[in-house]
Amino acid sequence: MELNSHIPEGKLEEKWSSHKAGLKLVNPANKRKFEIIVIGTGLAGASAAASLGELGYQVKSFCFQDSPRRAHSIAAQGGINAAKNYRNDGDSVYRLFYDTIKGGDFRAREANVYRLAELSVAIIDQAVAQGVPFAREYSGLLDNRSFGGTQVSRTFYARGQTGQQLLLGAISSMCRQITLGNVQVFPFHEMLDIVLIDGRAKGIVARNLITGEIKSYAAHAVILASGGYGNIFYLSTNAKGSNATAIWRAYKKGAFFANPCFTQIHPTCIPVSSHNQSKLTLMSEGLRNDGRVWIPKNKNDNRSPEQIPETDRDYFLENRYPAFGNLVPRDVASRAIKQVCDEGRGVRGKMAVYLDLSDAINRLGKEVISERYGNLFEMYERITGESPYRTPMRIYPAIHYCMGGLWVDYNLMTTIPGLFALGECNFSDHGANRLGASALMQGLADGYFIIPYTISNYLAELGTEKKNVYHPNFREAENKVKEQVRKFLSTKGNRTVDDFHKELGKVLWDGVGMSRSEQSLKDAIDKIKGLREEFLKNVKVNGIDESLNQSLEKAGRVSDFLELAELLAMDALARDESCGCHFRIEHQTEEHEPKRNDEKFSHVAVWEYQGSDNPPKMHKEVLKFERIHLAARSYK
Amino acid sequence: MKFSLKIWRQKNAQDKGSFVNYEVFGISEEMSFLEMLDVLNEDLTLKGEDPVAFAHDCREGICGTCGLFINGRAHGPLRETTTCQLFMRHFKDGEALTIEPWRAKAFPVIKDLVVDRSAFDRILQAGGFVSVNVGSAPEANSILIPKKDADHAFDAATCIGCGACVATCKNASAVLFVSAKVSHLALMPQGKPERQVRVLNMVKAMDNEGFGNCTNTGACEIECPKGITLASIARLRREYCKAKLKP
Repeated sequence: MELNSHIPEGKLEEKWSSHKAGLKLVNPANKRKFEIIVIGTGLAGASAAASLGELGYQVKSFCFQDSPRRAHSIAAQGGINAAKNYRNDGDSVYRLFYDTIKGGDFRAREANVYRLAELSVAIIDQAVAQGVPFAREYSGLLDNRSFGGTQVSRTFYARGQTGQQLLLGAISSMCRQITLGNVQVFPFHEMLDIVLIDGRAKGIVARNLITGEIKSYAAHAVILASGGYGNIFYLSTNAKGSNATAIWRAYKKGAFFANPCFTQIHPTCIPVSSHNQSKLTLMSEGLRNDGRVWIPKNKNDNRSPEQIPETDRDYFLENRYPAFGNLVPRDVASRAIKQVCDEGRGVRGKMAVYLDLSDAINRLGKEVISERYGNLFEMYERITGESPYRTPMRIYPAIHYCMGGLWVDYNLMTTIPGLFALGECNFSDHGANRLGASALMQGLADGYFIIPYTISNYLAELGTEKKNVYHPNFREAENKVKEQVRKFLSTKGNRTVDDFHKELGKVLWDGVGMSRSEQSLKDAIDKIKGLREEFLKNVKVNGIDESLNQSLEKAGRVSDFLELAELLAMDALARDESCGCHFRIEHQTEEHEPKRNDEKFSHVAVWEYQGSDNPPKMHKEVLKFERIHLAARSYK
Repeated sequence: MKFSLKIWRQKNAQDKGSFVNYEVFGISEEMSFLEMLDVLNEDLTLKGEDPVAFAHDCREGICGTCGLFINGRAHGPLRETTTCQLFMRHFKDGEALTIEPWRAKAFPVIKDLVVDRSAFDRILQAGGFVSVNVGSAPEANSILIPKKDADHAFDAATCIGCGACVATCKNASAVLFVSAKVSHLALMPQGKPERQVRVLNMVKAMDNEGFGNCTNTGACEIECPKGITLASIARLRREYCKAKLKP
């Protein structure tokens, strides 16, 4: 199969508007004859369900949580970017586009990223109209702050809870459509397979997590907005339920998977403290606006941080990257932190550095800082027992986001006709590294402003005739899912699902984490294979299928992680260069910065499933840069 | 550290349910309360028993999924703290801990410590929104909102929908939850055109779900993990009276 990204011809600035002008429309009276399934209710899924409902389509929205409002977008802290240029500081659509491409280390599509920057301004308008309580100036105008990888202030925020407020805004629009009868919600439902008829996506099989019932749902098109796979590492900033099952099962039905090795490590998380730790907590990148990252100059300095004078501190980010200082992109900051800790220079020899807001507290006063970051400070104090008002925070990088995901064309359609992927679960906009405050922007751009146009083009060609759930392909998919459930419950081995998941996480963090080498990747692949075989024979899941069974839910998710893990490592092995988050130790400059190889790797690596007995096949989508001049990324 | 746990076990909505006692050992201070339950569940699983079902997801205090009644208090002993943000250093070594689900007629138990809070979603669907379609929004800075109003609206909008207010109220009233959404939107110009129909519809939906009436005990304010105050309830009442009195 040939990959066709369907990127429109013409000037970069005109691609989206000319593309929209050429898309087919569905007549308003016919819209209600089309059914669309949306998987996931985060920013991308909720905004898509709401805007498609507004247009008059019949939408079925599924989430595994007990309520759509709980999707993990809710936890995004810092903000959302938009090229409003309210600060008169030189921002523009072009600059947001350029920052995003450069931040992604030149591994994203120009046309998609430009469209994202263009749409960013309308997202803020939409959110404000919904009643999202963004931070404001005393004049009543919207406030902004700056984020990593940029030199302008373009981030809109609602204290440290921007994701929560944007998600509740999108959910409120969805609630309105539920009341109007255009959207139907299925909470506590997990999608376990996608069903194709004549090569097109025609529905799904889902399990009701309360009753255990496995049932088919038919539709004219299916949208996946199921989030990222960061939880594959076990310890991550994702919610415990976040999983790759929807996209992985779509991959096994023929949707290609792009750049799986692009997994982002966030520099500022609370360090691991206990061996039974189940999750890592992020401290927003927004803190780097006012916080300074440092370590003691002397390795063996065991004084408490307040007692260490300026002259004995090493502000290593400011020293190494004078132009961007503490606001270098996430991958750059993470690697620098790892490097000093690996050298044994971390706080008291441990894997942690200080993130210190005392200068800002002295300069601006406790009240201003508390207004900006109050909830984060409280969260930090609850978890660590230390108050950031008195002593600097200790932070260390952790897995946070996945740039990789299902391959989509310019219309956000996967390689399966009728199957679309939005938000974090697609690969499209962030290249090898995502800039802060851009995930919310992408999820909402996809859901509010892109999919309503592109899906109509697909549906208009398709016609309103609907397949029903009695088609044998639905039966076959249901039986496969039932068989897997039966298998998990009857294996009766000796190890719990979490135990396998923890081991997988460790294998990945060690071999496919912040730095990777040919050897570490080959070792990881061997270990993953062994672990997967053991899982099939030795997993222990108790209880029954016909009721809420959280171990059974986890077993399905971990079994998919065990398969995806190998693809992740294979992709990292095949990408024999360093770029963005993907740091191959073989390819670095003398100053330990990543060294790209544009000649050989200026492409998207796109993987096609070939059955469980064969290795996947790699396709390449060559990235063509018409506007931007490829350059070594420098934040010095 | 070790703890004696007395946990509510209930197979499904129909089952009567009862307390079961467990002991957990080797717990460290840095562990979260839910990680302590993870340890118990790993142990139960290896023994071939059904692990304890409890609701949780983000484990950073924002998704509103978790919610346990610990020693008679919704979300346990700390103020403005969700269950997932409790750490074992907040408890004494050897302490006896009684762990129950939220108990309210409108929140039926699904299994063990997990309850069905879909009633909250139905209340929001009745009116917790501004009727604006994508595409019709005006330029964001054309709507000026005094900072003080925006801040107060934000304070109300931080509600995570966990249901602690209902669980702790002797009347099982959902008024704090409803008042938070009503206040958030009533305080902002965007929410004003629909404020009357919104408050009437949401209160009606709340009554239909079987929540009790508010008698101003103030327990909800004490247990709300996001610090939403009775001022919201006062605002809900004003909104409701104004809407009712208006012809």
